[in-house]
Amino acid sequence: MKNHYTATAKSLHWVMAVLIIGLLALGFYMQDLPLSPDKLKLYSWHKWAGVTAFLLVLVRLAWRAGHRPPPLPASMPKPLQLAAHGGHLALYGLMLAMPLSGWLMSSAKGFQTVWFGLLPIPDLLAKDKALGDLLQNVHATLAVLFVLILVGHVAAALKHHFIDRDDILTRMLPARPTTEN
Amino acid sequence: MKHALSTLALLAALSPLSAGAVEYNQVLPAKSSVAFTYQQMGVAVDGQFRKFSGQLSFDPAKPAAARVSFDVELASVDTGAPEGDAEVAGKPWFNTAAFPVARFVSSGVKAIGGNRYEVAGKLTIKGRTQDVVVPATFTAQGASGVFEGAFTLRRADFAIGEGSWAKFDIVANDIRLKFRIAASGK
Ligand code: HEM
Repeated sequence: MKNHYTATAKSLHWVMAVLIIGLLALGFYMQDLPLSPDKLKLYSWHKWAGVTAFLLVLVRLAWRAGHRPPPLPASMPKPLQLAAHGGHLALYGLMLAMPLSGWLMSSAKGFQTVWFGLLPIPDLLAKDKALGDLLQNVHATLAVLFVLILVGHVAAALKHHFIDRDDILTRMLPARPTTEN
Repeated sequence: MKHALSTLALLAALSPLSAGAVEYNQVLPAKSSVAFTYQQMGVAVDGQFRKFSGQLSFDPAKPAAARVSFDVELASVDTGAPEGDAEVAGKPWFNTAAFPVARFVSSGVKAIGGNRYEVAGKLTIKGRTQDVVVPATFTAQGASGVFEGAFTLRRADFAIGEGSWAKFDIVANDIRLKFRIAASGK
């Protein structure tokens, strides 16, 4: 069990996984829709969920600062260990940059975010069309990058499980009674 | 001496006339603005119209005689997003192809103290006409003067946003219009 992540780290990981995959899918889907009340509704939901993801990643970073994850298996070659750490760093970076760019874009476009229709999030930028369009490009480019890195992340986890047959995947899964101790 | 006195008397007789003779009648579009605010799922969203024109005659000394008619070119709407601009020009909203302008024509102006006035009139948008009373302040600024005010209209009264937009859960019924109209006098 000592090789498992903490229950908090696991919860944050899986809640955010669902949220982020949902945000990516919704983001790509909604922006192609013709303008309609439903589209505006989806945009609002996307923004609310994105702000939620931002708050969760802050909690996650705070937790991570106080709780080192279990080490990677010693059998893993150094370059692959480096790649794993780099990939995780990139994921944290994107988890921050994705919602931040969305928030900045919405500010610049003059469409304030009101979390769940209740809590107004301050606009960080004044209305500026050109900047809004630029940030939209940043948000969309980061989203594509996010998808690519996530695909790599999932592929690596599955390789560990099915090819290397180590505990990298299982130690992030909900703890089950085991026979090993 | 006699001559000078009579000149003075003439000036004195003329002065009330000349003081009241400033009539503001030339709208200065570059110094004016017509903006609006509404709620979209609880979020205040701003926009404006870029093109408008008007005829007015306003003499601060004779407000009751003032008249104004004002046209807003609806296709000049700026909602903050190009797809929003295209959408509101369309049939369910302004239907600018059939109804290119919104027009306000005053029927009476009432001074209500200080520099405040109430301008009653008829507002026509998309072929529908409503009686409205628009509060406005007037401030003289050198050779020109500025009218400022705001009022709320209900988009449903003018069938602005029909079909799937007719409910108010996404785009609220109340639209707040804010105007600043600068006019020069002569
Ligand atoms: C982890 C968080 C987030 C993820 C993964 C995400 C993902 C996406 C994706 C994939 C798109 C489609 C990009 C495209 O192809 O154009 C998108 C669009 C968008 N996102 Fe996000 N987003 C996140 C957070 C946010 C936040 C916090 C906001 C605002 C407060 C936001 C506002 C928007 C808006 C307004 C669009 C539509 C842009 C447009 O078409 O005008 N996003 N997002």
